[in-house]
Amino acid sequence: MATTETMTVNMGPQHPSTHGVLRLVIELDGEIIRKITPHIGYLHRGVEKISEHRTYHQTIPLTDRLDYLAPMSNNLGYVLAVEKLLGIEVPERAQTIRVIMAELTRIKSHLVWIACHALDIGAMTVFLYAFREREKIMDIYEKISGARMTSNYFRVGGLSKEPYAGFERDVQEIIDTFPGHFDTYEGLLTENTIWKQRTIGNGVISAEDAVDYGITGPALRGSGVDWDLRRDNPYSGYENYAFQVPTGTNCDTYDRYKVRMVELRESVKIVKQALDALKPGPILADDPQVCYPPKESVYNTIEGLIHHFKIASEGFPVPEGEVYQGIEAPKGELGYYLVSDGGTKPYRMRIRPPSFVNLGAIEKMAKGAMIADLVAVIGTLDIVLGEIDR
Amino acid sequence: MALNDRAVQELKEKFAPAVLEVKEFRGETTVTIRKESVVEVCRHLKGLGYNLLTDVTAVDYMGRDPRFMVVYNLYSIPAKERLRIKAPVTEADCTIASMTILWNAANWLEREVWDLMGIGFTGHPDLRRILMTDDWVGHPLRKDYPLQGPDREPYKGRLS
Repeated sequence: MATTETMTVNMGPQHPSTHGVLRLVIELDGEIIRKITPHIGYLHRGVEKISEHRTYHQTIPLTDRLDYLAPMSNNLGYVLAVEKLLGIEVPERAQTIRVIMAELTRIKSHLVWIACHALDIGAMTVFLYAFREREKIMDIYEKISGARMTSNYFRVGGLSKEPYAGFERDVQEIIDTFPGHFDTYEGLLTENTIWKQRTIGNGVISAEDAVDYGITGPALRGSGVDWDLRRDNPYSGYENYAFQVPTGTNCDTYDRYKVRMVELRESVKIVKQALDALKPGPILADDPQVCYPPKESVYNTIEGLIHHFKIASEGFPVPEGEVYQGIEAPKGELGYYLVSDGGTKPYRMRIRPPSFVNLGAIEKMAKGAMIADLVAVIGTLDIVLGEIDR
Repeated sequence: MALNDRAVQELKEKFAPAVLEVKEFRGETTVTIRKESVVEVCRHLKGLGYNLLTDVTAVDYMGRDPRFMVVYNLYSIPAKERLRIKAPVTEADCTIASMTILWNAANWLEREVWDLMGIGFTGHPDLRRILMTDDWVGHPLRKDYPLQGPDREPYKGRLS
């Protein structure tokens, strides 16, 4: 007498296609997934707790390490939240450079997504090409901030320093060459039979369910919800740029792929407009209570020296209150909820990571599918464990 | 801010005994309500168009009574507006009704609040720790939980 029973399989935390240290305990009926129990927290570093013991500026480097594939997006959300709490205006030049860097970051993040997603489903060539292009953006990162990943480039009130000489030329080269590279990826994938068979009808989630699970970003737009924070609640001057917000119709992995490919091209368009709009000017707000004074002033005037010393040793006080700042990070809505008690350190800093909430829907998206399709679902969710675990 | 104004007014009319405070700061609206009514209020707001539960979190105001404040960040995709709902929770009765009956997004977010802040959610289908290990003792984001962890000397800086 033959009996059937389900089998429990452990996937991760050391598994190449879980994009980090994600562990999934999967209950299988043959090859069909009956239940998924994700286990996260392997990368928990207590960023929210540590930030309560650091001044506002000292927290910026911690935010680099959340979504380490998109460091400047994390920096941007954080400094915008602090600036909102302070109520200070950022000079136009700083805002424009922030937009350029944020969009390059989006391209960089999406390149890792397309590379790993394609590799997981068996298309290795795209991986090599996308990482080659990503290196160009890493070079800009390194030249502008001194680090390839832990950028720490934005400051409360503006930027840490002027971009290097030749920055505009490097960005122009990206604008000129990247659309051609995107054509290459699409040529390899869009009409590829294997790619289509692996992605069409995979990981379907309706618009209603996606909103119910709190999914944001390209994953939500792939389900046909026309919502992008850059357009709908603009920040850092995004209202000045014209761009399209792509949406999907079939709510599956293939549509999410197409949405992100359009986003790559739209990001290049935004970078182009921002580069054209870039004018000389100050890069830091004129607020000696909050922003570091220029070095000449520190070395040559007593006021400059005092301001520098005060900001470096005890930070700047922030008015009592609470704000929430959400930005359209490459993976969805990245939110910072800051509570200040009037001191120089945040009373509470809450990070709302897009990957954490998006991953919460994995069982909904993969239940009833084959175990091999689960890998495609993880890829299409575009998760980064650094920001899930914080 | 059209929808936010309407929502605040309706809350004041329909849930008058539950509304404790309405605050505007930096263009953001925060409504503090009694925790007993939090699900009812959010159900009403969901009907008004706040369809996305962006975030559930909590703040520990140690030394105050009630000690905790549970914070819900709601967003309306049709109206593109944000509304923040807060509900005070005391240390003695450290529970609040779960929002999972309205949004599935609340599932993991509430697990995280339970894990790191130690606030229980009644009616939650699967209230387990999520970031810390299952056998962890204590709730790290509470203000009386030491930064360096339990049973360790605080870091005193470099000695050299």
